This record gives sequence, structure tokens and C-alpha cells, in this order.
Amino acid sequence: MSDIEHLVTDHFSGHAFPCRGGETLLNAAARSGRQIIRVGCRAGGCGLCKVQVLGGRYDTGKMSRAQVSEAEEVRGFVLACRTLPAGALEILSQNETNA
Amino acid sequence: MNKGVMRPGHVQIRVMDMAAAVHHYRDVVGLVETHRDAAGRVYLKGWTESDKFSVVLRETDQPGLDFNGFKVVSNEVLDSLAGELKAFGCKVEEIPAGELDDCGRRVRFDSPTGHIFELYAEKTRTGKWGLPSVNPEAWPRGLAGMKVNRFDHCLFYGGDLDGTFDLFTSVLGFHLTEQVVDGDLRIAQFLTCSMKEHDIAFIRHAEDGKLHHVSFELETWEDMLRAADIITMEDVPHDIGPTRHGLTHGQVVYFFDPSGNRNEVFCGGDYFYPDHEPVTWTADKLGKAIFYHSRELNDRFLSALT
Ligand code: FES
Ligand SMILES: [Fe+2]
Repeated sequence: MSDIEHLVTDHFSGHAFPCRGGETLLNAAARSGRQIIRVGCRAGGCGLCKVQVLGGRYDTGKMSRAQVSEAEEVRGFVLACRTLPAGALEILSQNETNA
Repeated sequence: MNKGVMRPGHVQIRVMDMAAAVHHYRDVVGLVETHRDAAGRVYLKGWTESDKFSVVLRETDQPGLDFNGFKVVSNEVLDSLAGELKAFGCKVEEIPAGELDDCGRRVRFDSPTGHIFELYAEKTRTGKWGLPSVNPEAWPRGLAGMKVNRFDHCLFYGGDLDGTFDLFTSVLGFHLTEQVVDGDLRIAQFLTCSMKEHDIAFIRHAEDGKLHHVSFELETWEDMLRAADIITMEDVPHDIGPTRHGLTHGQVVYFFDPSGNRNEVFCGGDYFYPDHEPVTWTADKLGKAIFYHSRELNDRFLSALT
């Protein structure tokens, strides 16, 4: 973990929360104290934490192909437990695929 | 009626990162690694198990369970059950001996809830790990992590619970030990082919073919606490427990493997003889049936599946 903080803005709930360097998007959302993203396995398998990134840079770890298809990945769909923001991020925590 | 199905024998678990999975199942859960095959699959077992392996890890791009295999008493039983499975309407496939190293031929079949099962009669027997079969000590030294005794059972989610109930009771000779009913609808069923409280269980769910958990047996409530301590020490994603289920009365801890497959370690619970009546829970008491102490349902426990 570094001192860097990235601001994450969720355009579904209207809430914004900080994400520390090296922290997963899901952890940061959970730490904000609001239920912005559903928490499941925290291991990229169950798909409960699926969100769409609308803008910003990020890295992802292994995500279940059953939960995020290649086409979806291209459109910014990620599993938040496997996503590390690399800068400010705009997300949509709920949408037609996980509402 | 007993149809010659002895016990749960193996599972093949899909994982997304083999090194992380081996660390989890071997060093954290405490299974013993017994083999690696040419396809890159890793074979493990609980130390008390007599056959060479019970857990096979296969690396791919999505988690879940490839199949759950049951050992039957003989090749004659295997042949007759293969015929009965076909007559029932299952898609039946013969897997030749050696597709899994050290395992005899398998009869693979699908089920109304979309899960794949297997029967087999032969697997290389290596005996309890670390102990001789003559004058053995109480337990072997050198076990890791939670030191689980054995792979015990799976719990699956799927739609046609009644169809899979027929398959397991009428074709395979399992008994219903416990159920949850919502009016006339059975929404959970626990089935056994032994004296154990369950050897397999199913919960009604919109999506077919899903895995809720793979379970490993431990001996005592103290072991539950120790398992939960290890989950924290290793920073494993924790789900729930130590606690007790109303269903089965088993004592449990749940957590996730590095690919998001849920694991259970459990101890205790009821037993079954074929003259027992099934235990029934009603849907309005579902909270207590699942979590006997909090008596509250938990979204993650019910909906995180692979
Ligand atoms: S919480 Fe299960 S995939 Fe992220
Ligand atoms: Fe279980």
C-alpha cells in the first residue's frame, strides 16, 4: 500500500469514495461504509461485485470468464474484487447486467 | 434401498491459478498432495482417506466444479447402474481407466439440476497418509494448516430439485435425511448413501449447475476455532462461522478458495439409519435452519456461487 489515493465516483449511487494505492475497488467501496458494491467471494469467482468502469485507468487480476466475457471486458466490465484503480475512476455500480 | 453406492469419492475443482490453489488446498486447508498428472492437474486427499486422491484441481479460466464422483462396491454394480442411469434418461458417458491417473473406469452422467456426476469402482489404495495400517499411531506428524480429515460432501444449487431427488433416491439408492419445504415445494434436500447425515445436498435455485460449497471434515468444535484462526492468519476471504446450522446440527466455518469457490470445514452433526424419518424445516424458519444462532439469512451465503 502506498500513500496515493484515487477518487472513485459511482454514477449509479452518486457517491464518491477514496481508494488507496494497492487496494481493490471492492475493499475501498466496502470501507466507505455504504453498500455501493455487493461483496461475495473476494476472489474473482462469484460475480456479485461486477461493475462497469466508465472512465479511468485500472489493472485487473484473474476474473471468472463465466462472469465477465471478453466482449464485456472490452466495454469496461470488471469484478471489483479483482480491480486495482491506477488513477481516478468513474464507475457504474449497477446496470442491466447486475441490477 | 442400498444400490451399492458407497460414498463420495472425488471432486474435480476448477481453479484460475494453480499455484495459488495448491497453496490454499494443501497448505491452508491441509490436504496432502499425492500426485500431478501430464495434463497439469494436481491430486490431493485428506490424511484419513484410504484411496490415493479425492480432490483434483484443474486450471482454467472460470471456477466451479467439473464433477463429483461416488465410489461403488464393484464393477458389476457399476455396469448395472450405468444401465439404470440410461433408462432414467441421463446422458451417460464411459470414461476409460487412466483418464484420471490411478483411477479405474468411470461412468459419467448428467442430472436434472445440471450437475455432472460419476461412479467408479476402483482407485489405487494407498491407505491413511503417514500411518501404517498395522499398529498405527493416533495421527501422523507433518500435517499442514487446518489438517482436514477428508473430503466429505458437496452442496449444489439448481432448478429441478425433484428430478435430481428421483435420480439419487430411485436409481442410486440414496435416502432423504433432511429437507426444507415451502408449502408443497421442497427447496432444500439433504441425501445420504451411508450413516452420515448427508453425502450430498441441493438447494433450489434459478440457475442450474452451480456449486455452493465443497466440504471437508474435522473432529471438534475446537478445530472450528483453529480453522477460523488460520483463515485470519492467511488472509483467506472469510464467509461465515464458526457457527452451527439448524439443518444437520453440524458446526461449520465457511471461506473461499483463491478462485472464489466456497469451502466448508465442519464437525459433528446428526447420523442416519435407513429406518429414520426425514427431518423437515419450514421456509418460515429458514434463518434458524441455516444459522442456528443469528437466525438471520445472509445475502452472501445464499447468493455467492461458482
Ligand atoms: S466478490 Fe466474488 S467475484 Fe468479486
Ligand atoms: Fe456442507
